[in-house]
Amino acid sequence: MRVRRIKAMVVKEVLQVWRDPRSLIIALLLPFTQMFLFGYGINLDLKHLPICTFDREGSQFSQDLLKRFQASLYFAIAENVKTYPQLAAAIDRGDCQAGIVIPPDFSERLNDTGSTSVQAILDGTDDNTANIALGYAATVVTGYSNDVRISALARQGRALQQVLPLAVQSRVWFNEDLESRNFIVPGLVAVILALVGAQLTALTISREWERGTMELLVSTPVTSTEVMVGKLIPYLVLGWLDAAFCLIVAALWFDVPFRGTFATLFLTTTLFLIVVLGIGYLFSVLIHSQIGASQIALVATLLPAMLLSGYVFPIDQMPAFIQKVTYLIYARYYVTIIKAIFLKGAGIADLLAPILFLAIYALAVVALAARAFRKRLA
Amino acid sequence: MNAARESIVTADGLTKRFAEVAAVDGLSFSVNHGEIFGLVGPDGAGKTTTMRMLAGVLRPDGGGIVIDGVDVVADPESGKPHLSYMPQRFGLYEELTVDENIRFYADLFEVAQDVREERASRLLAASGMSQFRGRRAGQLSGGMKQKLGLTCALVHTPQILLLDEPTTGVDPVSRREFWGILYGLREEGVTILITTAYLDEAERCNRLALLHNGHLLYCDTPAALKQRMSGAVVAITSSAGRAAHAAIADLAGVSNVILVGSGVHAVVDDAASRIPALRDALQRGNVVFDDIAVTAPSIEDVFVALLEDERRPR
Repeated sequence: MRVRRIKAMVVKEVLQVWRDPRSLIIALLLPFTQMFLFGYGINLDLKHLPICTFDREGSQFSQDLLKRFQASLYFAIAENVKTYPQLAAAIDRGDCQAGIVIPPDFSERLNDTGSTSVQAILDGTDDNTANIALGYAATVVTGYSNDVRISALARQGRALQQVLPLAVQSRVWFNEDLESRNFIVPGLVAVILALVGAQLTALTISREWERGTMELLVSTPVTSTEVMVGKLIPYLVLGWLDAAFCLIVAALWFDVPFRGTFATLFLTTTLFLIVVLGIGYLFSVLIHSQIGASQIALVATLLPAMLLSGYVFPIDQMPAFIQKVTYLIYARYYVTIIKAIFLKGAGIADLLAPILFLAIYALAVVALAARAFRKRLA
Repeated sequence: MNAARESIVTADGLTKRFAEVAAVDGLSFSVNHGEIFGLVGPDGAGKTTTMRMLAGVLRPDGGGIVIDGVDVVADPESGKPHLSYMPQRFGLYEELTVDENIRFYADLFEVAQDVREERASRLLAASGMSQFRGRRAGQLSGGMKQKLGLTCALVHTPQILLLDEPTTGVDPVSRREFWGILYGLREEGVTILITTAYLDEAERCNRLALLHNGHLLYCDTPAALKQRMSGAVVAITSSAGRAAHAAIADLAGVSNVILVGSGVHAVVDDAASRIPALRDALQRGNVVFDDIAVTAPSIEDVFVALLEDERRPR
């Protein structure tokens, strides 16, 4: 390896990218749009879910309960209906995700027997939302139920604790506010870097083929390793810029708490960038057209990074076989690492295993890419 | 035998197949040190494929190539520092300026900076390009692109220069300048292999190899090739070339008739006895002509005649 030839490749590549700004647009515009699109678009928190109420009694008790729904952060009463068909129509139209029905004998039974029930009708089309809504509704109703009991006990001069011996004292670590954004945005950085990194290098060798510059390049004494190193360095720098941009947006714009160190972040991000740039380069070597290489790199990086990295969909909820497959997805390791650095403040010592996997991956990809590029035509 | 006659490039039984078609089929020739060696032949004869194999960018399926005593089929990289290859398709970076392209190739061949500067200035001056050093290669004319390609190829002082149709699409003035540079290089001792579609350029080479269907038909000096042609060329000056062609094409003793700007050239076995017959045939066909006389064969006449001989069943 001659430093001079690598330097010549780097300078040439930088001039080419600078003057043919398509690559620059990918490098700069894509992270920007993706970061805000996904950062705002993907939100697993359920807040202000529209519901309709059907109060068949109209007593003070029933209105008290419905006010609790109104006051809850999770629900917003969109409509008060008078009949079941109206309720069904509201759910059918999609105006409401759930209906709360209070029976006509609500307060009567509460006073007589000390126990009564409330009906919740849920739109089960989106089972996840329905499940969460059901949980929240149960919480609201339980809260009301406890208050009713407390006031009843108070009349008897006793406290609630004497009746309920156990209570959960919960404390959430790392993502104290249970904001799904804090969990999604660091993973999003990994997805964006995987996508952009591979796209950048996917064009670099195929461009030489398409423009006809490859024939002359391979007739010179430059070695295939020098070509690869010279072509990866400029894009590594661009990748660092992208990473810095995404991470700053994550920490400052989306207010994701950053508790780790920059050194850990820099080391792991660099390893990850080498993997994705190497994969893009590999496709570029194997496929001689820019469009072909970029399409394949898109499918090969974006889909696994989105679906199998644990970025949104938890890996331990996947079928056992798919879980095994995720070990091959390099994005998985970086998603684990970056979430841990951001939220837990994890250092290199805590992340040895995923860092090691990523390092092995980086070495393998680079070795493969260097071998794949043969200095000849056809 | 003096050094100038030693062969520096040798192809021996060179073969390359694409799918089942042999583009180059058992081709053997040898190029002497310090000569301009032309590879000529019709499209599809295998000229570009041969050049690519010599440049080490395409692996032959069979046969050997020895460049300056080194077997480059066994080790393609070993030949590369000694040679420069200019592909048929413009291979420089259009986004880079003239100077940036030159610098890139100088760096790849590890040319010292002062040497690069001296050579680049001299070569660009010789081709009238000095004022375009800051211009992007993509904005150069066809002829200037080729001269830039040659400058990049020469910035590292190669022993062997491989030029694949370097003057195709280049205007006559630029072609003349281009050949001026090539003659200068030959004086410096550079060996030049060139393919060309222009047969007037073939005449400028020291020796020519005529390729057909991937194998060598003849390899000799232009003068010797002309000798090899049997018979003589009769030039008929006429403004009705097509009619003249039709009138004499089937005459006995006429092996070949080609249209030229001034009329037709007919290849005949014996000029003295055939000219009266030609004259009669033209008059019978009512073809008006100004003159009919023996002429020195051009290299084009020779190639058309030699290829015609090859195609005709014997």
